[in-house]
Amino acid sequence: MTVHLMTTTAPTNVTDLENVAVLKAQNVNVYYGTKQALRDVWLYVPEHKITALIGPSGCGKSTLLRCFNRMNDLIPNARVEGEITYRGQNLYDPDIDPVEVRRRIGMVFQKPNPFPKSIYENVAWGARINGYRGDMDELVERALRRAALWDEVKDRLHDNALALSGGQQQRLCIARAIAVEPEVILMDEPASALDPIATLKIEDLMRELKERYTILIVTHNMQQAARVSDYTAMMMLTEDGRAGTVVEFGETEQVFTRPRDPRTEDYITGRFG
Amino acid sequence: MTLRDTTSLSQAATQADVYLALRRKQGRRLAETVIRYTLLACGLVSILTTLGIVTVLLFESFQFFREVSVVEFLTDTQWTPLFKDKHFGIWPLVAGTFLTSAIALSVALPLGLLSAIYLSEYASPRVRSVLKPILEILAGIPTVVYGYFALLFVTPLLQKVIPNLAGFNAISPGIVMGIMILPMVSSLSEDALHAVPRALRDAAYALGATKFEVSTQVVVPAALSGITASFILAVSRAVGETMIVAIAAGQRPVLTLDPRGPIQTMTAYIVQVSLGDTPAGSLAFKTIFAVGFTLFLITLVLNVISHFFVRRYREQY
Ligand SMILES: Nc1ncnc2c1ncn2[C@@H]1O[C@H](COP(=O)(O)OP(=O)(O)OP(=O)(O)O)[C@@H](O)[C@H]1O
Ligand SMILES: [Mg+2]
Repeated sequence: MTVHLMTTTAPTNVTDLENVAVLKAQNVNVYYGTKQALRDVWLYVPEHKITALIGPSGCGKSTLLRCFNRMNDLIPNARVEGEITYRGQNLYDPDIDPVEVRRRIGMVFQKPNPFPKSIYENVAWGARINGYRGDMDELVERALRRAALWDEVKDRLHDNALALSGGQQQRLCIARAIAVEPEVILMDEPASALDPIATLKIEDLMRELKERYTILIVTHNMQQAARVSDYTAMMMLTEDGRAGTVVEFGETEQVFTRPRDPRTEDYITGRFG
Repeated sequence: MTLRDTTSLSQAATQADVYLALRRKQGRRLAETVIRYTLLACGLVSILTTLGIVTVLLFESFQFFREVSVVEFLTDTQWTPLFKDKHFGIWPLVAGTFLTSAIALSVALPLGLLSAIYLSEYASPRVRSVLKPILEILAGIPTVVYGYFALLFVTPLLQKVIPNLAGFNAISPGIVMGIMILPMVSSLSEDALHAVPRALRDAAYALGATKFEVSTQVVVPAALSGITASFILAVSRAVGETMIVAIAAGQRPVLTLDPRGPIQTMTAYIVQVSLGDTPAGSLAFKTIFAVGFTLFLITLVLNVISHFFVRRYREQY
């Protein structure tokens, strides 16, 4: 079985997305040492939309996500090949500073990882190191409000962030990412450590955030992808089982109701593995 | 399924079978008891030794203060117990210890922390695997070697730069003592920095922080209690260091903060008296316990202060 996405041209159903894509991955290969983790990956991330990355464990979703803000640079033996562009600019050009990239393309991690500082300082820190000169109190309040956390923490802004619950910590991490005013927010299973109620809160939050930001989210949860995302990319290991790739990408509704790739259908209906 | 030497119980097992299977085994209980008390005994050895030392110090100091008043000890500005005109003011020795320690720490703490940051955050694994053992070798050099290094090499070198530098002075042993303590500070601080979870660094990098910002504003604060612990040890070692100052600082207890001339530290004084021909039991001999006790109090106070400091400022992850 050949898969159309494993060629070096973009899949036809998404070429119209090319013009609205903020981030594009074309022909991307990623290696950890000699082990290949991603092969021939294509992905477009359209502006002011939520794009979900789904697929089985180990197929390279986190790896792909980290390509977009050059977090893979921090992994000693990781190597990225191919073209990853942000508004047309190749992010891996030698002249590009990863620090600047990450300022504009923020990230929320799977496990909440607030700094062991106060709630206020968690939000203010990123803005401060990026040279924010305005009213810091106002910025902190705005970011916490957008992350739907303000009401819960406004009376204890100077308490340690680690005293918050897991769900609150994750929203704090979102507030922290928002505070530096990125254009894109990458989220790696942001709700996987949370209970259903906290998860729904994060999902509501994402819907609001897409007004201002472009969101790319990794999730293991099919319903979550179906609920929140506008576009969905399905990742799988290649036939030889050695590296991950995107096997299907399109509007969420189409991917979930009329998948083109039989493997996507199997996975979505739970028949996979 | 057999996990240990127990056989699994079948469905038909009676309560008696279950009892036999789950019952405490005699041998195991005995072994646990023996292990427990052996470990307790090991712990007690160090506690009892410490108690013994403190008792002797207290007792002998008490003997000393029956003859010399505490007021004189704390207000007199001269320390001349070995001369005809005896004075028992502790301050010259305290000043000597303070001076050499301050010089040593101003070398060891900043350089130690910076090299720890370099090793933990900047150095490649290869570089670190070479540099760390080298640093640890530095820590293994006997202090007497450092002492002569200060006297015969560093002092002449400094005399070329600093006018009026005496052959015995505070600055040269101070610096060399700092070099001696540096590997310890660096190695312990590096351990603390290295233990900071990657997730915290990732969080900071993802916000657009530079390596320097991540290191100094996220990793160092998160490792602060470990770093402070290494600083406390450094202070204790500087205050308690004996050989280097005995060799290279001179043996003249003068109340001064001028690092260019000879001084005497509390430790150097103790060595001088205990190695000299002062008869045991004489008042002059008892001074060393009073000085030792003072040293003990100073270290204790420093430890308590730093304990509160750590509690107040650490960022626990
Ligand atoms: N730092 C690393 N060093 C070496 N190999 C790695 C590293 N990170 C990931 N890999 C490998 O790359 C492949 C893809 O991993 P990745 O974490 O991207 O998968 P994932 O789709 O996010 O999985 P999950 O859903 O379990 O999070 C896996 O085979 C993994 O073992
Ligand atoms: Mg992952």
